[in-house]
Amino acid sequence: MQHLAILPILIPLFTGALLLLPPFKDILNRQRGLALVSVTAQIIFAAMLLMTAATEGTQMYVLGDWQPPFGIVLVADRLSTMLVLLTSVLCAGALLYACAGQDKGGQYFHPLFMFQVMGINGAFLTGDIFNLFVFFEVLLIASYALLVHGGGKQKTQAAVHYVILNLIGSSLFLFGLGILYGTLGTLNIADMAIQVRHLGEAEAILAKAGGLLLLLVFGLKAALLPLHFWLPRTYSSASAPVAALFAIMTKVGIYSIFRVHTLIFGEEANLLADIALPWLWPMAMGTLAIGTLGVFASPTLRVMTANLVVISAGTLLIAAALQSEKATSAALYYMLHSTLVTGALFLIADLISRQRGKAEDRFVKSRAMAQPKLLGFAFVIAALAIIGLPPLSGFVGKVLIMRAAESTAEIIWIWPLILVSSLMGLVAISRAGTTLFWRVTTAPSSDDKAHPFEIAGIALLLAASPLLVIFGGFVTEFTADAAQQLHDLTQSVNALLPESTLHTGGDH
Amino acid sequence: MLNDLIWIPLLPLLGTLVPLFASRFSRSACAFLTAGLPALALVLVLQLAPQVFEGETVRQSFGWIPQMGLELAFRLDGLALLFTLLILGIGLLVVLYARYYLSEKDSMGKFYAYLILFMFAMLGVVMSDNLIQLWMFWELTSISSFLLISFWGHKTEARKGARMALTITGAGGLALLAGVLLIGNVVGSYSLHDVLASGDLIREHAAYPVILVLVLLGAFTKSAQFPFHFWLPHAMAAPTPVSAYLHSATMVKAGIFLMARMYPVLSGTELWFLIVSMTGLATLLLGAYVALFKHDLKGLLAYSTVSHLGLITLLLGMGTELAAVAALFHIINHATFKASLFMAAGIIDHESGSRDMRQLNGLWKYMPYTATLAMVAAAAMAGVPLLNGFLSKEMFFAETLHQDSLGSLSWMVPVFATLGGVFSVAYSLRFIHDVFFNGEPINLPKTPHEPPRYMRVPVEILVALCLLVGVLPTFVIGDLLYTASAATLQGAVPEYSLAIWHGFNFPLLMSFIALAGGIAVYVNRKELFQFQAQFPENDPKLVFEAIIQMIHKQITRFMELAENGSLQRYSYMMLSLAMVMMAKPLLDLNATAGHRPQIPVDAISITGAVLLAIGALATVIWNRQRMVALVALSVVGLIVSLMFAKFSAPDLALTQLAVEVVTVILLMLALFFLPQTTPKESSPKRVARDLGIAAVIGGVIGTISYAMMTRPLESISTFFLENSKTGGGGTNVVNVILVDFRGFDTLGEITVLGIAALGIFKLIARMRLYMPASDGDGRPWSKDSHPLMLSVVSQSLLPLALLVSAYIFLRGHNMPGGGFIAGLITSVAIIQQYIAHGVDWIKARMKLDYQLMIGSGITIAALTGLGSWFFDRPFLTSWFDHFHLPLVGEFELASAMLFDLGVYLTVVGATMLILANLGKLTTSERPVLKEHD
Repeated sequence: MQHLAILPILIPLFTGALLLLPPFKDILNRQRGLALVSVTAQIIFAAMLLMTAATEGTQMYVLGDWQPPFGIVLVADRLSTMLVLLTSVLCAGALLYACAGQDKGGQYFHPLFMFQVMGINGAFLTGDIFNLFVFFEVLLIASYALLVHGGGKQKTQAAVHYVILNLIGSSLFLFGLGILYGTLGTLNIADMAIQVRHLGEAEAILAKAGGLLLLLVFGLKAALLPLHFWLPRTYSSASAPVAALFAIMTKVGIYSIFRVHTLIFGEEANLLADIALPWLWPMAMGTLAIGTLGVFASPTLRVMTANLVVISAGTLLIAAALQSEKATSAALYYMLHSTLVTGALFLIADLISRQRGKAEDRFVKSRAMAQPKLLGFAFVIAALAIIGLPPLSGFVGKVLIMRAAESTAEIIWIWPLILVSSLMGLVAISRAGTTLFWRVTTAPSSDDKAHPFEIAGIALLLAASPLLVIFGGFVTEFTADAAQQLHDLTQSVNALLPESTLHTGGDH
Repeated sequence: MLNDLIWIPLLPLLGTLVPLFASRFSRSACAFLTAGLPALALVLVLQLAPQVFEGETVRQSFGWIPQMGLELAFRLDGLALLFTLLILGIGLLVVLYARYYLSEKDSMGKFYAYLILFMFAMLGVVMSDNLIQLWMFWELTSISSFLLISFWGHKTEARKGARMALTITGAGGLALLAGVLLIGNVVGSYSLHDVLASGDLIREHAAYPVILVLVLLGAFTKSAQFPFHFWLPHAMAAPTPVSAYLHSATMVKAGIFLMARMYPVLSGTELWFLIVSMTGLATLLLGAYVALFKHDLKGLLAYSTVSHLGLITLLLGMGTELAAVAALFHIINHATFKASLFMAAGIIDHESGSRDMRQLNGLWKYMPYTATLAMVAAAAMAGVPLLNGFLSKEMFFAETLHQDSLGSLSWMVPVFATLGGVFSVAYSLRFIHDVFFNGEPINLPKTPHEPPRYMRVPVEILVALCLLVGVLPTFVIGDLLYTASAATLQGAVPEYSLAIWHGFNFPLLMSFIALAGGIAVYVNRKELFQFQAQFPENDPKLVFEAIIQMIHKQITRFMELAENGSLQRYSYMMLSLAMVMMAKPLLDLNATAGHRPQIPVDAISITGAVLLAIGALATVIWNRQRMVALVALSVVGLIVSLMFAKFSAPDLALTQLAVEVVTVILLMLALFFLPQTTPKESSPKRVARDLGIAAVIGGVIGTISYAMMTRPLESISTFFLENSKTGGGGTNVVNVILVDFRGFDTLGEITVLGIAALGIFKLIARMRLYMPASDGDGRPWSKDSHPLMLSVVSQSLLPLALLVSAYIFLRGHNMPGGGFIAGLITSVAIIQQYIAHGVDWIKARMKLDYQLMIGSGITIAALTGLGSWFFDRPFLTSWFDHFHLPLVGEFELASAMLFDLGVYLTVVGATMLILANLGKLTTSERPVLKEHD
């Protein structure tokens, strides 16, 4: 399958376009069928791609047969294929849930959903920085539209904030790209990594401004303090399957930081080595801290989950700031875990909210839920996993990240922060859970039972948590290899630019 | 196969599922089935016991997550054996007891499942041979105990008590994690085998004090040591079988276990002695004293547990080998008598309906059999001779006499120990006298009577053990204690004697003082109660809750300040950060201008630049008058188009021009629904601030652009110029870049356009907008919305415009043009028809499904890319060739044209879907939300 690497982009693209055409147009059940088939295919091909990348090495796909650094390339290495598979699984869970009826809350849910997935997969796979911008636009514009799905003033208001901030972000992205192209003269990420080493002093300064702008833009997507403020409100007002899918969106930003600021502005970037670190450190720790406070102060389960997303972003960015193979490996594991679990938690919050009637998911006394056992079980699993208590995946991720902090200074800063954050999360979630499930007044109303599809969607996402622990050895081995691949510059550059010697750029 | 060590914890793990299925059978069957797998695990332990008694450490491990140093590793040495026996033995008794204790209303399956889960977690803790794994099970005990304590979750005290227990033990657990990780850093391994062998290494390491404090925080919180003791009494909200299990033999002993486990590694230093023994002593005294004043039976037992845990901690802290032996001995004894006492208290509660000692009096008459059992157990707790409690207390007293670490103050330790003994006797006496004698019961909800036969069996077994150990210590417990001591000390076990009689000596005297003093205190309790009544009684649960509430409030207030929901604030933060990030590197740039020769400035450029600046300024100045601002803004767009043209990019100029037209129309449509002017929202201060940021960012971007443009650049664009004709088949490089070199970007961008259209349609389909009937000055809109002149002209323009767009489309590959521009021109032509004739007129004449156009446009473009697969080429590989037809002459066909057709369709579809539908909002043809089935 020589075209395997592009399938994660093409399948959702074609699905999305087909959904707009007869015979799928306007007939919801057909749309659901096609979407589910498409997602299944995506999982299968993503898994195949991952296996190929793991066994046969990095797959490069040269679009239009224009050899890099001139044309656009897709790079399917361990890191990107892993995230593509993650996206497919998350999107399967969210889609299953949506097919139970939430896709009815407005038009074009399924096509938009597919386009969004296409954008996310494209962002993970591309090896070209302008193409990354294009896929950012695809996923963003689809997310704007999906955000208003289900209607309501609150959603529209949150969407306006989200759209405007991201438009500013996109403009800054373009500024950054312009500056980088204007100094490096190339758009291929691997080629940029080579060119950056040859920059003269003055050009390096300009490129630094561009590189930092990119950090800012990725930070905006990743919800880095002080750019994260849009997140709690946006995520908590989105409809459940959309919010679940959004769980991967912050990871796109974090992934880009890993990719760009390890490969281009990493250790070997000469004058521009590790330019992100002085900024990343305080901001990452601040993100973790404010996310924790946010969790503690959350009035509803959805807001709490959104703040948990901020926490996971902070934790991941701390790992990024550690800038070591070990830390990256830990971060990748944590990324798998936190994406799926927060996704599941958004879905669970929605079911809880529906079954509690007028109180929704606010932490107040209310009527009992119709399915307290089922939801309670799911909630406990998700809560334990996300706080990082054993025996679920969160604790593995946290311990891995803590172990990645090696110097005393790192330990002194990171450990207390992560541990205190865990403790406050524990306090907040146990309060939330006991209130939601046990402070009940009246009998439940029985007509709000969860649809089997909804349960299936949640189960799919939640099952990942114990599986990530049981097969932890295998998974961490994979993430370690992926991290090794990312940090080994010669290897990644050579894989991307077999003829890199031809185009050395030279001195400016 | 069942010989494997792993089955011992594994069987209870499987056993958690049994009650969930068995609960459909009768209660007895459910209890019986539940007990099955743990009983089997007990048999396995007993099978392995002889090996352990011979001094062997049975170990088994499997690889798990090497990256985090976690392996599945179990060990069974003397210490683990002692604890597994307690956990499984008492666990099984509790299962039997709970069968009678739980009422019909309680979900038995759930209860047993939690209980066995907890048993599994405890087994994991004591059998772990890997510290990370130990920590994993440690936290699992916190979680499962949370579920057990909050079993009656509808009661507020159960919720609060459980949360408090979880918070305190959870906090300790996290400290322990840090401690464990530090140990791993020092030793280089988490395997207990390695860690236990590295005692000196750890004690001499600089991090030792930190490790010690962290590990002890874990142990102290779990074992309810002062000042973390307060959670334990409130965990009594749990059903009594839970208390009997968790708070006698298991949960609270986990902390003690940890100290014993880490004894060879962490003990033996001054710091260890000071922290552990002083904490133990304080806990011992505090627990014993407070226990006396508790009216609640379980409250008394809870504080007594705190006190006894303090005693064991004190023993471990003393650091002598004999003291460690005594500690282990007391662990066994306390587990047996305290479990039986909790069960007895549960029986009393169950059969009389109250646990308040002010109501419970004279129960001897009603339940003499239970009373006897309870009295024997209470006597053991008090340390009465011939019972097990006496023996270990005797050893304890002896050890307090033998330590000298406090220098000249060392005498205080035995004195305080005796004082603790006094109160211990006093509260035991109160338990016996108040409940079973002391007159008649007062206002009991039920008439008390003996419990069912089998509810008593567990108590009988435990009390029998108290007696047996008390009378025949060496025979009953000797071997177990010896191997446990050997495992704890990891070395030679000192000489000790378990005899009942050691002759007249100081420890015996202390025992007698304690007994006599205890009786004296109890007799004079009225005065003591009065003294105690002067202190305001504060419920730690409420205090704890209040603290959490206060933190919650403060944080909420802070978060409201931080996340105030103001878009202006958020954009301000982002832009300031962008400003700093860009400006900071520039501070190091010495020469702004580079060495590249500059193009001479001409008058046209200057005029353009000035107009551009004026346009931008005007937009800002008149930003509150929307229409004016829009017009000013379009000036900016126009100048940018002209600049593109000037710098040899006619394609871009054309595109920009078309885009300008479409967007301005779009914005004007949108403005129709908005007020003509916006209210003044920004304070002068904020205006100044925003102006400042804008100016600096503008300056920074300007500087960067200038610096960049004055420097030479070698880029990949040379390649595009060279290969456009030969490789891409077109002389219009911009177009070839768009549809070929970077066709994939274009595919992405048309998708963006399509999505945007769908999204906007989705949004406006739900909108119900206020439609102004007049303009800003109150003049009503003209009735004649479709003037004749306009209709006629635009109608005749339509074919012309379509022809132009076809022309532009076709010539695109070699001359300025292409699908994108052609699409925009077509859109403009159609929009003009809408404007001139209105929606109704168009609807009848043009059957255009814009959604279909978007879908098929994207599909065509993508399919074009797919076509190259048939030639075994990557996606979007282009193909072109020249053909010759008579009349037409030579012409070129390229796959890029098909791609461009996709672009064209998408652009038309997308712009029209937005514009037509936004326009329709003003008419009766507003889009209706199609709610599916």
